[in-house]
Amino acid sequence: MQKIGVFVCWCGSNIAGTVDVAAVVEAVKKIPDVAYAVDYKYMCSEEGQKLIKDAVVEYGLDRLVVCSCSPRMHEATFRKCAESIGINPYMVEIANIREQCSWVLKDVAVATEKAIQLAKAAIAKVRFNDPLHPGQSQVVKRALVIGGGIAGIQTALDIADAGYKVDILEKEPTIGGKMAQIDKTFPTLDCSACILTPKMVDAACHENITIHTYSELEAVSGYVGNFDVTIRKKARSVKAEICSGCGICTEKCPARKTPSEFDEGLRNRGAIYIPFAQAIPKVPVIDREACLKFKTGKCGVCSIVCPNKAIDYTQEDELITEKYGAIVLATGFELIDLDKYGELGYGRSKNVITSMQLERLTNAAGPTEGHLVCPATGKEPKSVVIVSCVGSRDTTERGKTYCSKVCCMYNAKHAMYIREKYPNVDVTVFYIDVRTPGKGFDEFQRRAVEEYGVHYVRGQVGKVLSDKDGNLTVFASDLNSGKHLMLNPDLVVLACAVKPAKDARKLASMLTASIDTNDFYVEAHPKLRPVESPTAGIFLSGMCQGPKDIPETVSQAGAAAAKVIGLLAKDKLMTNPCTAKCNEKICSGCLTCTKVCPYGAISGVEKEVITLNGTREKRVVAVVNEALCQGCGACTVACPSASMDLQGFTNKQILAEVDALC
Amino acid sequence: MVITEKEKAEMLSQLAATNVSHCIQCGRCSANCPVAWKMDVLPHRMVYALLNGEADTLLEANSPWKCLSCFACAQRCPKGVSPAAIMEAVRLTAIRSQGGNKLNPNELENYNDKLPQQALVAAFRKYNK
Amino acid sequence: MIYNYYPGCTLSTKAKELDEAARKCAEALGFPLVELPEWQCCGAVYPMASDAIAERLSAVRALAAARENGGVLVTLCSACHHVIKRVNYDMANNKDIQQRVNNYLGLEVPYTGETKVLHYLEVLRDVVGFDNLKAKVVKPLQGRQIGAYYGCLLLRPGQVMSFDDVERPEILENFIKAIGATPVIYDMRNECCAGYMAVTDKSICKQMVGEIQDSAANAGAGEFITACPLCAYNLLENAGATKLPVSYFTEVLAEALGLNEGGAD
Repeated sequence: MQKIGVFVCWCGSNIAGTVDVAAVVEAVKKIPDVAYAVDYKYMCSEEGQKLIKDAVVEYGLDRLVVCSCSPRMHEATFRKCAESIGINPYMVEIANIREQCSWVLKDVAVATEKAIQLAKAAIAKVRFNDPLHPGQSQVVKRALVIGGGIAGIQTALDIADAGYKVDILEKEPTIGGKMAQIDKTFPTLDCSACILTPKMVDAACHENITIHTYSELEAVSGYVGNFDVTIRKKARSVKAEICSGCGICTEKCPARKTPSEFDEGLRNRGAIYIPFAQAIPKVPVIDREACLKFKTGKCGVCSIVCPNKAIDYTQEDELITEKYGAIVLATGFELIDLDKYGELGYGRSKNVITSMQLERLTNAAGPTEGHLVCPATGKEPKSVVIVSCVGSRDTTERGKTYCSKVCCMYNAKHAMYIREKYPNVDVTVFYIDVRTPGKGFDEFQRRAVEEYGVHYVRGQVGKVLSDKDGNLTVFASDLNSGKHLMLNPDLVVLACAVKPAKDARKLASMLTASIDTNDFYVEAHPKLRPVESPTAGIFLSGMCQGPKDIPETVSQAGAAAAKVIGLLAKDKLMTNPCTAKCNEKICSGCLTCTKVCPYGAISGVEKEVITLNGTREKRVVAVVNEALCQGCGACTVACPSASMDLQGFTNKQILAEVDALC
Repeated sequence: MVITEKEKAEMLSQLAATNVSHCIQCGRCSANCPVAWKMDVLPHRMVYALLNGEADTLLEANSPWKCLSCFACAQRCPKGVSPAAIMEAVRLTAIRSQGGNKLNPNELENYNDKLPQQALVAAFRKYNK
Repeated sequence: MIYNYYPGCTLSTKAKELDEAARKCAEALGFPLVELPEWQCCGAVYPMASDAIAERLSAVRALAAARENGGVLVTLCSACHHVIKRVNYDMANNKDIQQRVNNYLGLEVPYTGETKVLHYLEVLRDVVGFDNLKAKVVKPLQGRQIGAYYGCLLLRPGQVMSFDDVERPEILENFIKAIGATPVIYDMRNECCAGYMAVTDKSICKQMVGEIQDSAANAGAGEFITACPLCAYNLLENAGATKLPVSYFTEVLAEALGLNEGGAD
């Protein structure tokens, strides 16, 4: 006879405030095989666990039901508790009478009845629990970081410093990301390149770091500790090993009509180019769409001028395969497209620019060598209007519902750049709210107003008109004075919303990492597991998880690295024993299961099996690779002969639960 | 029985059927309004007044009578609020009451015979019951 | 396909040119317009209030009549198009309005927004096709710098009208290209002409029309085309120092198709 113990937790008043716990205990005591039932204030506490252990000894319990919070919270606690007293941890069931009962119900009678039902279902299930034993898998001591911006670089450096190998995968021809484009950083106004490039060099020189630029993720399979990854190294059309990075090819290239991505379209680059002076690697790349040699077969200037004969028009993409124990997503952000905000004049007048374009215009290494000019006229502006929240906090189809978080601070920064260098230029910032939480942040924004004389106007900009001479007219509102304004600035800067990099969705599906409706990667728990994806072995770093500034990104990068190090430090991982299992006796070998398995964990194998009649025969049956199986249960649903079952959640167990409820 | 200002605001709110609680007072409606320069209560203030139950502010404003129903405010609102619908609700509340007509056919501004019917129909619809 | 046609009040009187040219061109381009037998004025302004039921009835009558005759309704005047398309949207999406209107009308089959409302320009773009139109042009309007004036009602609200990009429309510009002229893009092309203020406060019309005229002239336009009789009126009658000529888009279409030569015009 089974001996089931039922332990009903009060969770202080969380459960006991709505559920009559004593009534639950009395109800379950009447169920056959329940040898003991008790309630206690905090079952997860040391005292509570001792109560469970003592009961096991005293009543000879062989399986346990804990009626408490969600199994996500304390299932592990109670399994460990059982194990310590010699009961297989998989002989424990949790009835969630908090999140699914007391927290969502108000009426005590109703909640108590539901708690009893949930307890009965768990008891019905636990009768059919079998002891399960986790297997073990090896951990590959190497990490992959996808994205080579500040988030990816910092994560890689921290992992590498701990002694593990790390590869950085960057789709652009250089690492550095958005931070490389920025002129100065808030709230200290130190030069962005001056603090970023040493980290880029550190990463490039680190013995544990390998950098794959101009490369993309081609395929991923495997699981935590054992990912098999294929990387596509796109053809640069330049032999990196013999190129000296002299750049003469980039100077002589005659095809100069492509807007420079790095300079945000404010100047053109050649078809063969190095994005910026401190690029790593300092090896040019040929943009084959723009290159005359590739388009027409004529030209070949770069090949002629190259002193090292490094140009190779026949170079092909290369596929590299590597094994990794952990993967970090650090894919960063981009600015939203302003196509839908036609009334603001972006694209219609060159004197309406984005904040990122302003960074390039004020940057000494930028297209104007740091001289602030209006792109349409080439003249220094006399007045500048900065518009906040373009596309942020916008719930219509054209915007993003969230606050982009970094704009209020960089608007203050931009206003200060301009006023510092050009004290005669009038700067007006239109804002809805000024949001400056952060160390030294509000003080920074106030300096813009108090010391630099920047005009902050609470209100928004409406239509921006431009005439054929590049003159702008801006209609706006000043909410504090209740006035409708008409201004004639020379330059309008739009602080547009950030959004995740456009390949985030594709990567999410390749890695089975979750994304939210805005395509930001979702963390395993918003408070307690903020740098882990719900998919084991996938970690998150930087803007790809949500809007954040550089200090936050660097902190998160370090946190993600710590989690990766924690994983790589293990020699072996315990695998979840709740995997699918095939009953070979009745498996017909149709292999429907192999088609629905998202993890490629099932294969058809020809083997000798004992049939239901007791005879031996050789035929194809489904075999589950327990290391790959994630226990999703898709195969158990698809199997026409019901020969697939999920251990820990067998059909029998589930039906027993349902029967107990109905 | 006297109708309180709050109740009047509630009625206006029902007529306007636009969700003013979504407004974040950014002022983009006022910035985009082509007749804001003629209005005593700017569109964003009209939205706030409705949210705040200030029916008298709404009913005393000249703004609804200057509004063109051009929908620039609603089109460009980042929160999908329609100040134009509030203007309409105020106009209707005023003209539906006894003696509320605003346009006397005999006192129209001089207009030439090219004026399309459409203009007259529209004006009488907006200003008279 | 049957192109049921709703001309509206102004097109039968003060804006006859808009209507006559439209019918002529439609015939020539292979989509003859069939005027709805008993249409009523659409009311000229869209009734925004949630309780405005009577004000929606004439639009629903036209829509229901079109439903019984093939299910397509073509409009021409911007105001009519705006009112009918928005009421149609209400009938399809607002249960309360749908029910109350149907209670009143007592149609055999309740009307729930089945009719497809097309602006004449949409027929040109999506049925005829601007490339085909271009091929049928016999007298291209070469050298003419035309500023398309959209006004407000044709485009807004974008979600309901779903006519073109609300802030950067291109249908009229593509139309201008098809008839061989040069489109001139100017910033005020989708701002209001001040509409019915022509009756109550001309100072507003003068200010706004002045901005529109100046914006178009500065961008190099030599003339306007529009789809709305009230826009046409305001642009001309309330213009200040800058006064570019205005015609209806159907008039220039007829010109390009060679339908004016030797005819009654």
